[in-house]
Amino acid sequence: MIDSLWGALESGLLYAFMALGVYITFRILDFPDLTVDGSFTTGAAIAAVMISNGYSPILATLSGFGGGLVAGVCTGLLHTKGKINGLMSGILMMIALYSINMRIMSKPNISIYNMDSIFISVKPLIIVPIIAIVVLVLLDRFLYSDLGLALRATGDNERMIRSFGANTDLTKIVGISLSNGLVALSGALIAQQSSFADINGGVGMIVIGLASVIIGEAVFGASNVIHHTISVVLGSIIYRIVVALALRVEWLEASDMKLITAIIVIIALVLPSTRRVIKQKKMAKKRSAEILLVGQKKTMGGGM
Amino acid sequence: MLQLNHVAKLFNPATPDEKIALFDIQLHMKPGDFVTVIGSNGAGKSTLMNIISGVMKPDTGNVIIDNEDISHLPEYRRSQWIGRVFQDPMAGTAPRMTIEENLAMAYARGKQRGFSLGVKASKRKLFREHLSRLGIGLDERLHAKVGMLSGGERQALSLLMATFTNPQILLLDEHTAALDPARAELITQLTESIVREMNLTTLMVTHNMEQAIRLGNRLIMMDGGRIILDIDEERKKDLTVERLLGEFEQISGHKLSDDRLVLG
Repeated sequence: MIDSLWGALESGLLYAFMALGVYITFRILDFPDLTVDGSFTTGAAIAAVMISNGYSPILATLSGFGGGLVAGVCTGLLHTKGKINGLMSGILMMIALYSINMRIMSKPNISIYNMDSIFISVKPLIIVPIIAIVVLVLLDRFLYSDLGLALRATGDNERMIRSFGANTDLTKIVGISLSNGLVALSGALIAQQSSFADINGGVGMIVIGLASVIIGEAVFGASNVIHHTISVVLGSIIYRIVVALALRVEWLEASDMKLITAIIVIIALVLPSTRRVIKQKKMAKKRSAEILLVGQKKTMGGGM
Repeated sequence: MLQLNHVAKLFNPATPDEKIALFDIQLHMKPGDFVTVIGSNGAGKSTLMNIISGVMKPDTGNVIIDNEDISHLPEYRRSQWIGRVFQDPMAGTAPRMTIEENLAMAYARGKQRGFSLGVKASKRKLFREHLSRLGIGLDERLHAKVGMLSGGERQALSLLMATFTNPQILLLDEHTAALDPARAELITQLTESIVREMNLTTLMVTHNMEQAIRLGNRLIMMDGGRIILDIDEERKKDLTVERLLGEFEQISGHKLSDDRLVLG
């Protein structure tokens, strides 16, 4: 039991990079990017192939990250320069990446069991939190830079940031690229942790990423960017703990996890809007009553 | 400073819905000019703004700022010269970002956006100084999300963001139209003092006739995509709303119709 929780913490942190990638597109850019399912495998494939060919695990991991960056640039170009609908450009890239990943791996599954990995010399539970903190600090620092502000504004009010001189095509491409880079980094690390890369390893990643983002927001809040990104990482860990616990329930099978994930995301998407409607109705009632009361006393509120 | 030469723009060209949005527009503004623009619905006022700011490209003619032909530049490249405030208070600011982050983005206008921190201590001090000039207490709320501000506050912030980096041209597109009268008056006063203090070359579209006459040193009237009346400082001094309406009817042959027109 305790062992599986430590395992959940470890894989939660490894998948957290993927969740942070989804956070960038889904929350910051407001761009539902389905490239994720393909780019996760791209990262895993590049890392596994390089490691099995004797390259250093660090170089292999960074190359996986780079592969994701390139995949993201392609999706971004399709969307901004090709003017293809956002969902569609993601789907197209996801499909294209299947073939590309197959070319990289040249077979559907590569085992790197007993080969070198960044987890060989250092214990995963020591190195993984360090990588997570470094990535979080760099990402947050970037999101508070001039370019990062422009990126955030692109998802918030595109017309405004364009009127202040930001090339929003460029900021979108940068954001989608960075997002898929993180997703691929996650794939590269997961491949080393599980000692294999599989051509279907990325299937359903986008939904898992969304679930992590949403769970993190719901449990830990999101008052600003730093708070939000930390919540996403913690959300990813909670998701893995939920998975670990669900796998111990006898009548559930491992393959049910995708259904459970989908249900978590559906609840999380439906609940806030219903709650908002109810809250607004209540608020409106309360305010109307107040205004009626104030109106009878003939005092008017105002000011800026 | 700003020149439009023979600018024309068609909407839906060569279709049954073809419409002349702008027809052979000639407009020259001197540095420090404050021109107010009025006209009926569909007169081409907003198209004029969009052509200058680069949201739309003219079909013919060119746009020149400071002797440089910028007709071919996209909107984001022109923004180094142009500050703009939109009619919709939601349009000029990013709601999920803080006041200081919004100001930092405006501060970066015309500069290369890189990896240096958007909000630094030195900039924060500058932002606070500028905000305090608005006199509505925003300088105490640098970390507040802009989405929490009222329409009037957001428009005041938009105005500050459009002007505090000293743009060559300031475009105001009915920027008080969506506000209630008291807030509209406050924004108008802020506009007047900022434009005067910084001596900004300004083009302001308004549907408020009284405001159009009171503000600025020149007034132009548009109808059917043309500039039909251009009133200089001398003649503007003893202009009244009635005389303006009269002149409009005389030249255009029909009554000035604008469903939002405010006579003053």
